[in-house]
Amino acid sequence: MTRPLLLQVGHLARRSVLRTLRQPLNVVPSFVFPLILLAVNVGGLDTAARIPGFPTDSYLDFALAFTFMQGALFATTNAGTDLARDIQTGFLNRLSLTPMRSAALLLGQLAGVVVLALIQATLYLTVGLLAGVRPESGVVGVFLIVFLGVLIALAFGAIGAFLALRTGSGEAIQALFPLFFVFLFMSSMNLPRNLIEIEWFRTVATINPVSYLIEGIRSLIITGWDAQALALGFGLAVGIGAVAVAAASVALRGRLARS
Amino acid sequence: MRSFVFVALAVAWRGVHNAFTNPAILLPSLLFPLFFFTAFAGGLSRVSDVPGFDYPAGYTAFQFVFVFLQSAAFGGVFTGFAIARDFESGFARRLLLAAPRRTGIVAGYALVALVRWAATASVVTVVALLAGMDVLGDPAELAALVVLGLLVNVAAVLWAAGVAMRFRTLQAGPLMQVPVFLTLFLAPVYVPLALLDGWIHAIATVNPATFLLEAGRGLVAGEPVEVAAAFAVAFAAVALFTVWALRGLKSAESAG
Repeated sequence: MTRPLLLQVGHLARRSVLRTLRQPLNVVPSFVFPLILLAVNVGGLDTAARIPGFPTDSYLDFALAFTFMQGALFATTNAGTDLARDIQTGFLNRLSLTPMRSAALLLGQLAGVVVLALIQATLYLTVGLLAGVRPESGVVGVFLIVFLGVLIALAFGAIGAFLALRTGSGEAIQALFPLFFVFLFMSSMNLPRNLIEIEWFRTVATINPVSYLIEGIRSLIITGWDAQALALGFGLAVGIGAVAVAAASVALRGRLARS
Repeated sequence: MRSFVFVALAVAWRGVHNAFTNPAILLPSLLFPLFFFTAFAGGLSRVSDVPGFDYPAGYTAFQFVFVFLQSAAFGGVFTGFAIARDFESGFARRLLLAAPRRTGIVAGYALVALVRWAATASVVTVVALLAGMDVLGDPAELAALVVLGLLVNVAAVLWAAGVAMRFRTLQAGPLMQVPVFLTLFLAPVYVPLALLDGWIHAIATVNPATFLLEAGRGLVAGEPVEVAAAFAVAFAAVALFTVWALRGLKSAESAG
């Protein structure tokens, strides 16, 4: 990365981070809502840990990974809505008149997502540890959980940015939230795939990449070091992120060409 | 009385027409309950293998009752969004000026919620039956479940109307939605009350939604339990939120 590009990314990253942190109505739900759902699900499904073949004695250990996915979902909508607002207010058009490079815009935008994701992941993990979760992968695993959580949020944030650049509408991004929620629920978030009884649901959960992202984080908590789960988790997070960033770059070029 | 009915029917007709001709409004209220039903009944059916889970009609019926009542509650909340949108667009203020009996406005919105929920509940029920749900209750018990759903729907729309008329903006959406969401999810959603432990058991025991769920599940299983308590809770909620909504109407009138 050249020095001018780094400088441009730095300026836009600062703006993105400040803008993210200055919107409590966007930030607070992404901290609170996943934890509320965690509490509700753990309370309601604690007995599921008694199902023969369940991989751990504690449903909290099993469910904690899901909070990271929910946080990533908020990253998608936050990143998308912010970028869509830049389009709607004409900021992007004004920016296109400057020597700013399009890569800087995208990278700077995603910096806000990374900061938010880092705070989210640390908070979720701290709450989990305080509630009694003891990751089998130890201290190194804890850092890896946070890293994978941030990586997933970054990948989802890039999807949000792509959608914003394609649609140019914050409302459209908000309207897509339920669709992402479907991906989340149709995964192995509530039960391990081998314990999902309904065959078609198990098939959907098996082909749903979200299952493997959750299982990557979950393996570090309840299994320890599972090379396959980690390879799939990290591989998919990087893959989804790369595809989303590439798609967003193409969409950005198209939008800048039109403006 | 005639002007009350006239206003209520006019508001209801407009609301129903808007809801059923706009897919962006109709689809979420139809799809959300189906999605929850699929995710819970499909993804969690092994939960019925937990020792002590002895619901006779099976896990699909167990989750159907939750989704049925949840769709009733959220049908009311979604109508609250429509009321807030009417205030944002300025339509509601014109309506307040034109209506000879303003309480008819609240009744009209309640009718909208009922019609919308009737459509959602029909779809959810058909899908549940197609998914192989066992229904062990007799027609009278099932009719009681429908009446319970109607009361939940009316209570929810009156709650949401009260919020919408006080704040008069869609930004109050979370205030309409989150308390309903939490009340429902802090009840025995996934397993019966007896299988809950700790803090959630303590909350669920005193949560009014627990009575509705337990009664609804008993009615579908043909083994009614807590039905009188559930109807008492539902009627009390309707009475309480009627006062809340009418005071909200007064607040909107005062705001001009």
